[in-house]
Amino acid sequence: MITSAISRRASLAGLTLFAADSQARAQAPQAPQQLLNVSYDPTREFYREYHTAFAEFWAGQGHPRPRLSASHGGSGRQARAVIDGLAADVVTLALAYDIDAIADRGLLAKEWQTRLPDNASPYTSTIVFLVRRGNPKALRDWPDLLKAGVSVITPNPKTSGGARWNYLALWAWALRQPGGTEATAEQAVTQLFRQVPVLDTGARGSTTTFVQRGQGDVLLAWENEAHLALQEFPQAGLEIVYPAFSILAEPPVSVVDANVDRRGTRPLAEAYLQHLYSDQGQRIAAKHFYRPRNPDVLREAGSRFPNIEFATVDTVFGGWRRAQATHFDDGGVFDRIYRPGGR
Amino acid sequence: MTARPRAATADPPWLAGLLIGAALAVAGVVLVLPLAAVFTESLRRGWEVAWEAIIEPDAVSAMQLTLLVAAIAVPVNTLGGIAAAWAIARCDFPGRRLLVTLIELPFSVSPVISGLVYVLLFGAQGYFGPWLAAHDIQILFALPGLVLATIFVTFPFVARTLIPLMQEQGQAEEEAALTLGANTWQILWHVTLPKIRWALLAGILLCNARAMGEFGAVAVVSGHIRGQTNTMPLHVEILYNEYMFVGAFAVASLLALLGLITLGAKTALEILSRSRMGSHA
Repeated sequence: MITSAISRRASLAGLTLFAADSQARAQAPQAPQQLLNVSYDPTREFYREYHTAFAEFWAGQGHPRPRLSASHGGSGRQARAVIDGLAADVVTLALAYDIDAIADRGLLAKEWQTRLPDNASPYTSTIVFLVRRGNPKALRDWPDLLKAGVSVITPNPKTSGGARWNYLALWAWALRQPGGTEATAEQAVTQLFRQVPVLDTGARGSTTTFVQRGQGDVLLAWENEAHLALQEFPQAGLEIVYPAFSILAEPPVSVVDANVDRRGTRPLAEAYLQHLYSDQGQRIAAKHFYRPRNPDVLREAGSRFPNIEFATVDTVFGGWRRAQATHFDDGGVFDRIYRPGGR
Repeated sequence: MTARPRAATADPPWLAGLLIGAALAVAGVVLVLPLAAVFTESLRRGWEVAWEAIIEPDAVSAMQLTLLVAAIAVPVNTLGGIAAAWAIARCDFPGRRLLVTLIELPFSVSPVISGLVYVLLFGAQGYFGPWLAAHDIQILFALPGLVLATIFVTFPFVARTLIPLMQEQGQAEEEAALTLGANTWQILWHVTLPKIRWALLAGILLCNARAMGEFGAVAVVSGHIRGQTNTMPLHVEILYNEYMFVGAFAVASLLALLGLITLGAKTALEILSRSRMGSHA
């Protein structure tokens, strides 16, 4: 045991040296800088392409070519990792609350959402239905999902940003029905989650459950995730259904102030986020089925993004902090209505 | 001994056959079939595609990281395992039983929990987090965290293989060496280690196989940074999640192959050690 403790300490000391060494290299002005983007699940393909484009752009500005890397997972889990010390230079998450949670720990400025245009969301998305070809259960709009015998796949709202958008989209729909109240909305989501056989932790896990394992009649999915599934599995027999009404999802981005200031990467990190708003960034977003904010690029995309009616979290729920506290925090509405096993 | 058709303790042939058949069938369905499926899936689009997935930079970095983590964790656990086994088998001290139980702790605790423990200790919000941050030391979401989590999970392998053997062997030879004037170091090096070397090697190999394959604990402390903190098992999951199934199964095959080679080496050692022991007798 003693030997073990000593050798452990010795190896730790070695590793510390190694860490300090790489730190020093990152701070040297001439050396190429490293940037870590901690993101959520469905952005993998988008940021892979964006990294190539942005590295090119940044090198063209006379800087050494940066080393850009990304980490993906459920949005809430990723925010937690940044809070626990994952050294993200920028976070590009599924919803504002997850970045608020990081801001609450003092890692980034509280007013982060005003530092970039459009609520710091360079692209938007929405929630759509992915169904089996021919739509055998005739699922066209939200009430169809609540019919008996319809099995719905969604990730867990506790860990997944996409799942929280799914939940809020249904809630917002139920509220605007004739006679819709908080009580009827709660009934609707209760009914929906009774029909969910399995809750994955992230959006990508749910897509795999629906597409690869053939579970469920409908997947509540990010618009971009649904299109990607069609593209990746042309022979899987899937189609996308746009409900008449859905929620405007604004996945936000921010620099993590504490980390960029420590690592000396602020100029690179800010340019990385600003370039998302450029024509090039907007086009890559559109190509990966994120709705571009720039109206010209949106027009270019043509029929790729059907026009539907949107609710926003700010107007219906009074912002993400309130939505999170009411619905998803421990003891919130979701905890009250969800019973595993659908009972 | 009286001559009998079969020993009273032996099972009737039909029962033995049934049991052997059932064991083989279970092994076939549970072990061989999935393994074969992994290899088949990886070659679904031919050798070139599988090979490209393996030599892709992120995959190479995952392999290097996995080997590096094992190269640090296995020696540490070997030394720790020998020390623990020595203490337990040779010495009587208060808390000996507690130590035996502690050694088995990583077997009984879910690896996810061992990962979370390190988040609690070394995370930015954890007990040592502020101190580490002040000294600019990154443990979590970097190599040290991966190594610590792996050491925790694979600690029992060497110790657990050595303890029963050393207890059984007793210490007559060590005592003889002592009366001949050998010091502790000489006893360890010339008497004890040669006696346990086969079991030790087997333990090291098992420890190595697990260190390379560990997923749960490592997943918690990794941070999943591509090309930096992804080990091979994590890289397999990432590829699978990105719909790159051939790549996922190709890297999985390589990982399985590393495990199989380790297992093969262990079996070869056992055969070798048995024949050595036979020739001594």
